[in-house]
Amino acid sequence: MARTGVWKKKGSAFEKVLAVEKKSKGKSPRFYAPEDAKKPLAKKANSNKTKLRSSITPGTVLILLAGHFKGKRVIFLKQLESGLLLVTGPYGVNGVPMRRVNQVYVIATETKIDISSVNVSKYDDSYFKGAKKEKKSGDSGVFKEQAAKKELSADYLANQKAMDAALTPIIKKTADLEAYLKAHFSLKDGDRPHLMKF
Amino acid sequence: MPYTRLVEVGRVAMINYGKDYGKLVVIVDIVDHARALIDAPDMVRKPFFFKRMALTEFKLDIGKTPAKKDLIAALNSSKAFDNFAATAWGKKLASRKAKAASNDFGRFKAMIAKKAKSAKVKAALKK
Repeated sequence: MARTGVWKKKGSAFEKVLAVEKKSKGKSPRFYAPEDAKKPLAKKANSNKTKLRSSITPGTVLILLAGHFKGKRVIFLKQLESGLLLVTGPYGVNGVPMRRVNQVYVIATETKIDISSVNVSKYDDSYFKGAKKEKKSGDSGVFKEQAAKKELSADYLANQKAMDAALTPIIKKTADLEAYLKAHFSLKDGDRPHLMKF
Repeated sequence: MPYTRLVEVGRVAMINYGKDYGKLVVIVDIVDHARALIDAPDMVRKPFFFKRMALTEFKLDIGKTPAKKDLIAALNSSKAFDNFAATAWGKKLASRKAKAASNDFGRFKAMIAKKAKSAKVKAALKK
């Protein structure tokens, strides 16, 4: 005899377990909806905040590897809500203003300065979003007057100035650090970056 | 001029291959034409190829395959390892190691120091 279904041991013999009848819950519907109601999918993905590399802590000197400022050495200030890093040269030292960078485009060095005295709480992602651009009109740009050079807001300039004023005395405490931040990073002949310590 | 650095029991050698590069050891016995038995205070005695070691000028006064404590005593009394570090060869190894261990800021400072030094040398030569 073929054993199909669910069998349970009872003493020495096996006994077939009969399916338990399901109790019906009232009447089944007389009509089905003509169109399927779309159920929203369960939101399974949860956005995790970007994990900051353990080698990057506030005050760490970073080497930028991409973008307009590649090769520059900058100071890491804090990680923003979006996961991007807030860095600055400072501007007065090597021309890098406060800006956001992704941590995959930086090398973290072992050099750190103590920036616990610097207040960076007022900077968040919205600070860098800027005003919305005006929509371009149908006219081709040829006959239009050359757009005026973008003026930076006085607030922005004052913030950068305050940040420079806070950071520069800390940097000057360490000998050669200012010159180090001013210098570009580049690989020289014979450098083997995978074996180098930063 | 005859050879002065001979393969012999008690000869201090430096491993010049692999992960133990730069480690100082003592030859405590000769296995065959290609290998010697080597020993050091912080290792287990083992046969090792002559090809992978460089002989130093230092020799300990020990017998064949001494007990570890005798080897350590001979090393302590002769100060062979410390003397090696004071030689030009030992200093070169140490400076190479320090260079490899320095970080980005350290390399930058070394570059600045080198520039300052060569400027001084140039100025002195001009006189």
